[in-house]
Amino acid sequence: MAHANTQSNDAHGDHPLVGHLVPMWLLMLIGTTLLVLTVITVAVRYIDVGEFNMVIALGVAVVKATLVALFFMHLRWDRPFNLLTFVASMAFVILMMAFCLMDTAQYRPLQFTGNPPEVESTLQANAPGAPVARFKPYTP
Amino acid sequence: MSTIPNTHGSAHDDHGHHGHGDHAKYPFLQHHFETPAHQFDSAKLGMWLFLATEVLFFGGLFVAYAVLRTRFPEVFSYASHYLNTLMGGVNTCVLILSSLTMAMAVRFAQTNKKNAMLICLVLTFMGAVGFMVIKYFEYTHKIHEHLVWGKTFYVPPHTEEGEAEKLVLSTAPPPPPATLTVANPAAPAVPTLAATPPVEASAIKPASAAPAGLATAREMAKAEHLPVASDDPAMAHPTLHLADPKMPANTHLFFAIYYCMTGLHGIHVLAGMVMLAWLIWRGARGDFSSNYFTPVDVGGLYWHIVDLVWIFLFPLFYLIH
Repeated sequence: MAHANTQSNDAHGDHPLVGHLVPMWLLMLIGTTLLVLTVITVAVRYIDVGEFNMVIALGVAVVKATLVALFFMHLRWDRPFNLLTFVASMAFVILMMAFCLMDTAQYRPLQFTGNPPEVESTLQANAPGAPVARFKPYTP
Repeated sequence: MSTIPNTHGSAHDDHGHHGHGDHAKYPFLQHHFETPAHQFDSAKLGMWLFLATEVLFFGGLFVAYAVLRTRFPEVFSYASHYLNTLMGGVNTCVLILSSLTMAMAVRFAQTNKKNAMLICLVLTFMGAVGFMVIKYFEYTHKIHEHLVWGKTFYVPPHTEEGEAEKLVLSTAPPPPPATLTVANPAAPAVPTLAATPPVEASAIKPASAAPAGLATAREMAKAEHLPVASDDPAMAHPTLHLADPKMPANTHLFFAIYYCMTGLHGIHVLAGMVMLAWLIWRGARGDFSSNYFTPVDVGGLYWHIVDLVWIFLFPLFYLIH
């Protein structure tokens, strides 16, 4: 395995003793791409594509995060075990999120609709027509 | 670790000869590591394990966000408009640029360019400062507007001391005193109902008093060139959330999770500033070279993960259509 980390010869001039040297043009390219993607994701906010707004926003975020991890964080050239550590932590977050979201479907419906009773008078004074609390007893 | 060739003969030859081999050659090499590569890889693995715990740390809050958002989708699409997309977008760019300068600092450390490395580290530090300054303006604005978590969200903002009690009508239970002290007397008085004479507010029944009072307040705000509620329904009453009948119930939950997540991220930025200051100090002392740059490298990893978390926070809070 010709791994950059394993070639631990002496540091001659521009070559570090360990690790991987990322070319400057690549760093600049990744930085520019990240800025362009930021502009794109802000622009998409003002276009209504329904459900896809969130898909696009999160998709762009995932692409940006991947670029940062692979190039800025050197994972592209790093030992695979570091990548595994990182991906595994993400996988467990996704696992936790999936189970928690499955559980939300089992919640009881809210017994109160509208704003809480404590704030009713303030809302009545400032925003007539704002939803105020209604109690809906839960019947299974 | 047979894949790591020794730089100075075989590792076995060095046994029992302290001060020989790599350890004599590399002063930074700790005695419990055989080679610089061994030390470097161990440090990086340790950092990645720490970053994994960071991902799980933030992950819990991302799960809370997902549960709240599926439960109250209307709250999120409504309250997102109270966040300043421009400030959030500028902050995203600031963090990306500081990530870039951090990656460049690692490269300059690897290539023995001490001054360029120090410049990049200082630029990264300045990015962190810029991020926190923008965050400070965002937070203070929201706190003045009472765009916060909990009961204070439902207390009208910008009321003078004493006047707030008149505002909440006579039939209403008095607001908690703790929240009254939050109202800032120095803040520009965006007229809410507090601007109307207290006699009116207390003499007339709430439902009939409110529309007239609200109209007066808006006219006065316009006359004084204060921010008034926009006519754009999507941006309904950006400064007067309590005056908006379209505000969904439980809107304060959005701000609760907003402060939790951006606050925890902000604490990480502050920690990153301490880390960067330490790197600058050691770098100026001349500790780093192409032989030894591990602190810059793993410090950079931490800084990149702070950027990475923000990359997700930005669309999740600021960019909800």
